[in-house]
Amino acid sequence: MKVTLALWLILFLVGATASNWLWGRRRSDDKSRALQREVTLRIESWWIMVLVFVAVWLCGFYTTLALFFFLSLLALREYITLIETKRADHRALVWSFLIVLPLQYLLIAQHWYGLFSIFIPVYGFLIVTIRVAMSGDCADFLNRVATIHWGLMTCVFLLSHAPAILTLSVAGYESRQDELLFFLVVLTQLSDVFQFVCGKVFGKHRIAPKVSPNKTIEGLLGGMLLTGLTAILLSQLTPLPLVEDFILGVALCLFGFCGGLTMSAVKRDKGCKDFGTLLKGHGGILDRIDSLCFTAPLLFHFTRYFYTL
Amino acid sequence: MLTEPLRRLMAWFTRVVCGIAVFERGIDLSTLGQSVFFANHSSNFDFPAIWSALPSEQRRSTRPIAALDYWGRGGIRSFFASTIFNAILIDRQRTNPDDDPLKDSKEALRAGYSLIIFPEGTRSLDGEIQLFKSGIFRLALDSPHVAFVPVYLENLNRILPKGEFLVVPLLSRVIFGAPLMLQAGEEKEAFLKRAHSALMELAL
Repeated sequence: MKVTLALWLILFLVGATASNWLWGRRRSDDKSRALQREVTLRIESWWIMVLVFVAVWLCGFYTTLALFFFLSLLALREYITLIETKRADHRALVWSFLIVLPLQYLLIAQHWYGLFSIFIPVYGFLIVTIRVAMSGDCADFLNRVATIHWGLMTCVFLLSHAPAILTLSVAGYESRQDELLFFLVVLTQLSDVFQFVCGKVFGKHRIAPKVSPNKTIEGLLGGMLLTGLTAILLSQLTPLPLVEDFILGVALCLFGFCGGLTMSAVKRDKGCKDFGTLLKGHGGILDRIDSLCFTAPLLFHFTRYFYTL
Repeated sequence: MLTEPLRRLMAWFTRVVCGIAVFERGIDLSTLGQSVFFANHSSNFDFPAIWSALPSEQRRSTRPIAALDYWGRGGIRSFFASTIFNAILIDRQRTNPDDDPLKDSKEALRAGYSLIIFPEGTRSLDGEIQLFKSGIFRLALDSPHVAFVPVYLENLNRILPKGEFLVVPLLSRVIFGAPLMLQAGEEKEAFLKRAHSALMELAL
């Protein structure tokens, strides 16, 4: 199942990349170029996903953990680069990058659920708050603390739930947790594509035109339905019964939607449509993992609450 | 014989840690001849950043000008300054007022080396570009055929600010601008002002 799925994905991706490239070469008007940008962005996320696949499939738990560690690191560095930090925040940032981020992944490597699931909300919060307070510069204090902590929560804490899925032990599902991680990543990316396609075909009523003009009710509902159905198709990958697969698929789509919307809000706040443009010359990892950040904890806790030993 | 791989490693390391993206505005680094790169100064990572952003052939013939009181204190710093960066150490205290602090730099220019220099003379605390000291004018006077290339460093002051010793690996940009040369008969103030505004323009 894993091998077949991986092969299909790679085949699909090579096809998608090639056709996108060929299509873009023949058109040069602004509208098709904008569309091509959107499609390219999605294809790139798919390539990240394939990397995750290969890492899990070939190299196991620690490689996957390391891969997500680097994704978190890259995302956090993009985020902190974008926000405004002051000279006095330097030590708090050093702590975030050199202590909090590695510790979170170390705790997952230890399978220490009791600590990794509260580490950044509690101790990460304390570390950032205390270190900024100690800096002696109190101007704008709450804003600075909150902004740095938000980055840690999103880029590190939420995202780290994806590899944490590999630490779950489900009865009758031993050593198959990696399939659950595939399930998460594939469905998250697919739900994004489904929403995009449904939105383009049926989209009429915009949900939040000021934040993200492309997100429509029709796109979301269509996406939820198609993601739910795909979840049933992929049900072999999960320890769940069909009905719950469907519910999970629908919920994943909804959470992924919220993730995209939230990051759009951040980007609007900074005055740009995607992080890649905002960071001039640097790729936008944040653009690619926005929905995954929101879906990973959902799948993790859903499975853990209902199915683990 | 080990220095070349070490230097490559250092350049790679600097580019990765500082997330450097290189921009060329009105300049083509690959065809650039002997030059003096002058940049805004806010971090100890500044000259390694410019140095690592250069194409490897340019890098081999480029010598940064660095402060003797920081880089010449022996140990690992001196090793890096002399072996890796091939830096020219400059005495900011001017212990002997008759010495020309730019003597070594002028000689390096005459020997065909390119230079990296920070005309503000010291690191800025807030990232603002301060007034230029006259050093680059005197270099230009000594070697008028050399191109002066403005280099704007963005975000390096957040990666390693003055007075800190640990690095926050953010993303940064190194922007090379169009070269300028000393015009015949150009006064000191005029040249410094022109150089300063060329650098300010890159910051926009």
